[in-house]
Amino acid sequence: MFVDFLYHLRFYGLKVSSNEWLTLLEALDRGHAAESLSRFYYLARAICCRSEQDYDPFDRAFAEFFKDVSYPGSLQNDFEKWLKDAKAPRLLTEAEKAAMKAMSLDELQKMFEERLAEQKERHDGGNRWVGTGGTSPFGHGGFNPAGIRVGGEGQNRSAVQIASKRLFQNFRKDIIIDTRQIGLALKKLRFWGRDGAADELDIEGSIEATGKNAGDIQLVFRPARKNHVKLLLLMDVGGSMTYHSELCEHLFSAAHQIAHFKEFRHYYFHNCPYDFMFTDVEQDQRVLTKDILRDLDSTWMVIWVGDAAMSPYELTAVGGAIDYFQQNREPGLEWIAKMKKHFPRSVWLNPEPKEYWERASNKLVRSVFPDMYPMSLQGIEDAIKALKQQQQRGL
Amino acid sequence: MLSFKGTSSYIASAELQEIVTLAFDLQKPLLIRGEPGTGKTVLARAVSEALKLPLLTWHIKSSSKAQDGLYVYDTVQRLNDSRFGTGDVQDIKKYIKLGPLGQAFASPTRSIVLIDEIDKADIEFPNDLLHELDAMSFAIPETGETITARERPVIIITSNAEKELPDAFLRRCIFHYIAFPEADEMRTILKVHHPRVDEKLVSAALLRFYWLREQAEIRKKPSTSELVDWIGALSRAGVDVKSLEKEVPFLGVLLKKEGDIQALKQGSKRSHSSRF
Repeated sequence: MFVDFLYHLRFYGLKVSSNEWLTLLEALDRGHAAESLSRFYYLARAICCRSEQDYDPFDRAFAEFFKDVSYPGSLQNDFEKWLKDAKAPRLLTEAEKAAMKAMSLDELQKMFEERLAEQKERHDGGNRWVGTGGTSPFGHGGFNPAGIRVGGEGQNRSAVQIASKRLFQNFRKDIIIDTRQIGLALKKLRFWGRDGAADELDIEGSIEATGKNAGDIQLVFRPARKNHVKLLLLMDVGGSMTYHSELCEHLFSAAHQIAHFKEFRHYYFHNCPYDFMFTDVEQDQRVLTKDILRDLDSTWMVIWVGDAAMSPYELTAVGGAIDYFQQNREPGLEWIAKMKKHFPRSVWLNPEPKEYWERASNKLVRSVFPDMYPMSLQGIEDAIKALKQQQQRGL
Repeated sequence: MLSFKGTSSYIASAELQEIVTLAFDLQKPLLIRGEPGTGKTVLARAVSEALKLPLLTWHIKSSSKAQDGLYVYDTVQRLNDSRFGTGDVQDIKKYIKLGPLGQAFASPTRSIVLIDEIDKADIEFPNDLLHELDAMSFAIPETGETITARERPVIIITSNAEKELPDAFLRRCIFHYIAFPEADEMRTILKVHHPRVDEKLVSAALLRFYWLREQAEIRKKPSTSELVDWIGALSRAGVDVKSLEKEVPFLGVLLKKEGDIQALKQGSKRSHSSRF
């Protein structure tokens, strides 16, 4: 009978498999949930969830499977609202009107809730094994649906109630490409170099030195090998990029998490960079673009993220910036060209599918910045390959 | 069956007790996640204390390798010994140093291994440990020895969620997320740390503390350990309960980022001016 529950969890997007199922059975077999549904809740959650983001779907699945608890914001609330807003139907006889008055809104609601409860039970029938008397493995034969909702005394904080509180709602995240995959792709972006304190034994060096020393051992140390890549991430935010914000967040957190870069910085812009960019997504904290160019030398690698979708004059006109406060004295395209020249090792990731790349602004951007790649896993891998080739060509 | 009930200095919620006992009984690694300062690392110490089992800690750094947890072959020492004729170079075993996991496997009694902050390591690190965690044994090619755990150790892993862990690894673990304690639970925790502090001061401080956590401008939210320090500071300085309503003394104990302190000051100015 747990098989149903496991499939129910899968339906809610939890990646449970036979592995979890067997673990759960073993745990039950060893008497872990004992007589208690709340203990079963903790048990199943610890086994079936893999991160706190799984807690909310788990809670919903659990609540639905085990009891007809009312969710906040369920259909019932809507019905109540409809009842309050109900308009008097036309063409009623006096007798009918009198009959309607006899029933107060409260009575109506009550009746309606009863009806709703009945209906729920018929719909749900079959898979709710708590409450179906002797077949329950927990000995909860007398578990009464109404009992939970009415009797909230002391110990009786039932698992379903905990589950239906949905404490972990904020952790929900429907992942498309996950951060880990991007992280693995970004990991390929590295160039080894040695500097700093000599704390690693150089075996080859030691052998050679020992040989020269006529067999008297001489140890040679050297600095450990470290990744030399300094990465700058420039991200287009706001406007049309809002649709892609999730994907961009994944890229950002992957780049941020991956600890192997020597240095990592990021700035934001809207559509196109001009005299200044921003350190925050809300675009409150400005940084002069020329300061960025002064602080970061050409050894930095740059990944641009943007859809390059805007009106062409935002790229070509003085003062053409979409945000009036920019008042740019140089056209956006010149800024892009200037930055590409300053950072020869740079690529552009475009979250839009390639079919949309024929728009005018995109073509303009590519005229000065040809290294544009789609922001898929393959695209990111290709972009990283391109960065490495740019490095090897000694740009 | 061994069961965990918390200790005099570590308050474990009913669900945490349940889950630790479960991991213990099923002999699966327990993966603990949660905000910094919710007592993830302290949990392992508490489990070791409560169950009276030795604790072996493996602090993970960005340079940590899975191999380090099993054993390290100290070649340089052996070379040195050979050069200066000190020590018995013939006995290679002398130069095999077991790591925390290796020690736990080799130990004749059951022990607890804490793998602290696993997400600090390289992204492939957890995958490299899969086999050893499954089989609870590993080979040392240098000596031809195989070390198999006589008593499967209890493995507690903590993670700050800085990196996502691989699925294959997660599938083998019992997972628990330590939610931030609510005010009532926090009061119990505080009582353990500051048994003699005035109730009123604690209540006022808690109000201030949860208010601070709700401020959107603050990036690094103060945690339990900061609260414990803060209340200690307040009571030692003899801060008046009433003054807590107006200001936050020793703000630096709660907020560790300069930017957060600035943001809070600006925020309070803004709300101040809007009132008048």
